[in-house]
Amino acid sequence: MKTMGLGHKITKMSLTALLLIIVITMIAPFIWMISASMKYEADVFTFPIQWIPKRFHLIENYSEVWMGKYNLLLYYWNSIKITVISTILQVAFSAMAGYAFAKINFKFKNLVFTSLVATLMIPDQVTLVPKFFIARWMGLYDTHTFIILILSFSVYGMFLMRQYMVTIPDALLESAKIDGANHLRIFAAIMLPMSKPIIATLAILKFVWTWNDYQDSLVFLKSRELFTLQLGIKQFATQSGAIYSLIMAAAVCAIVPLIIIFITGQKYILEGMTAGAIKG
Amino acid sequence: MAIKNSATQRKENLAGYLFLLPILLGFLIFMLFPILFSFILSFSKWDFMKGLSSIKFTGFDNFFAIFKDPWFTSSLKNTFVFAATTVPLSISIGLILAVLIDKYVYFKNFLKLSIFLPYISSIIASAVVWSVVLHPSYGPVNELLKSLGVINPPRWFGDMKWALRAVIAFSIWQQLGYVVLVYMAGLKGIPNELYESADIDGAGKVRVFFSITLPMISPTTFFLLIMQLIGSFKVFDVISALTDGGPGTSTTVIAYYIYRSAFKYFEMGNASASAWIMFICIFAITLFQWKYQKKWDNNN
Repeated sequence: MKTMGLGHKITKMSLTALLLIIVITMIAPFIWMISASMKYEADVFTFPIQWIPKRFHLIENYSEVWMGKYNLLLYYWNSIKITVISTILQVAFSAMAGYAFAKINFKFKNLVFTSLVATLMIPDQVTLVPKFFIARWMGLYDTHTFIILILSFSVYGMFLMRQYMVTIPDALLESAKIDGANHLRIFAAIMLPMSKPIIATLAILKFVWTWNDYQDSLVFLKSRELFTLQLGIKQFATQSGAIYSLIMAAAVCAIVPLIIIFITGQKYILEGMTAGAIKG
Repeated sequence: MAIKNSATQRKENLAGYLFLLPILLGFLIFMLFPILFSFILSFSKWDFMKGLSSIKFTGFDNFFAIFKDPWFTSSLKNTFVFAATTVPLSISIGLILAVLIDKYVYFKNFLKLSIFLPYISSIIASAVVWSVVLHPSYGPVNELLKSLGVINPPRWFGDMKWALRAVIAFSIWQQLGYVVLVYMAGLKGIPNELYESADIDGAGKVRVFFSITLPMISPTTFFLLIMQLIGSFKVFDVISALTDGGPGTSTTVIAYYIYRSAFKYFEMGNASASAWIMFICIFAITLFQWKYQKKWDNNN
């Protein structure tokens, strides 16, 4: 490959051109979205498409979406609250459980582990109806607390943590044990710092999943003022008299945090998403 | 580990279960109990306004009832059509793109990240964007089609004939980035010598693809096949965001049927029964995975 001939270069350039066309078509809806979000409502559907608006209505649109009739600020805050709290809780609970399964020899360990992992096969839909009644019996239907509770429990997170912690050599813990450290000390002082990469991976993946969670908020939330961003956006789009430039501005605001997180945490996201695949 | 006396073992037991406490509580309340409860509900009739005592065992009645419900049979059919189209299409397009991006193009990272963009974006926001872009009367896609001389362009998500196809196209668009990414990670694992020796033998690019890349990447293909199949049997967000199962029953799927029966019609028995049908489908895929995983791993 080092001595690439002219023929090779031409093939490579034409394939690049072909793929660029495919990829640009793929992201065209997003480009259209950004462009429409900056337009006067009257200009949104002008054809041929004005990718760069002739007149801008940018600040007006975005301030209307955030502060005006769409109240995006509230939905944003609800999403941030649910996402941040449940991410912290899930990472903490998963790390604790992962440590127990990886490094503590307690009775029925394999049985408990197998039963937990077996439930990965159960689709959410099976537990959805009972969870709805649990929420009502606990008096937590239509509260953020319930959503946070169910999103803080994850067998997948536990599994990811356990698989990573198992690879940390026991020898590292033995010396601490000889010095008289208990499990809590070992967990906090040795395991957590050593598991930073997997913690970052789980935290970022979990953040994205929760941010995008739709089904749980749809089923367990009823009051508009408790809506998450996803429910809010769906609401804007379906209510009558939809204003498309504003809907697009709201969509931009829903997607941008994900792109920022993706760009900053790329390495961890890619690792987390391909981890299972490579092990096969 | 040295031989332990019973006191230390007791301490280990206690420590183990203390560390597991939050996850075990979550497991009992949000998993084990719901599974049992859902199982009971699927064989019962329950007027939930009257409390738990009004649960009546009715055998397989719910299952007979849902199979007579055209909404359910359409949901089942659409789920199979959805899985049978999105999965092979996204996997094959994804593999071709991954191979091209991996070896044959410039701007690798830009291309990879752009394809990944739909996957990382929120499904709901993307769905909203698509439904405006595909707006039947003034969306840019139909404007374009009209300007190209198509007199009656499809009404896309509002069209009996086109809605499911449009949903499938959306899902492939949305999933493709993930498939490409997993394939690119898999391609890194194929030893370069294989390609070099093929090069020396003068094998063409297409030959190399079919006789080296395809067989060597098959464990990744297998993994993607299983994950995507399971994912498409559970599909809900896409449907709820794009079509709410409509028009008519043309895009309803099992997960949407469960949601609809439970939270729009409050038929908890039917909803639970169909949730278990969904489980059976997913379990069948998992059994297939267990059966062939070993075979696959041994071959490679």
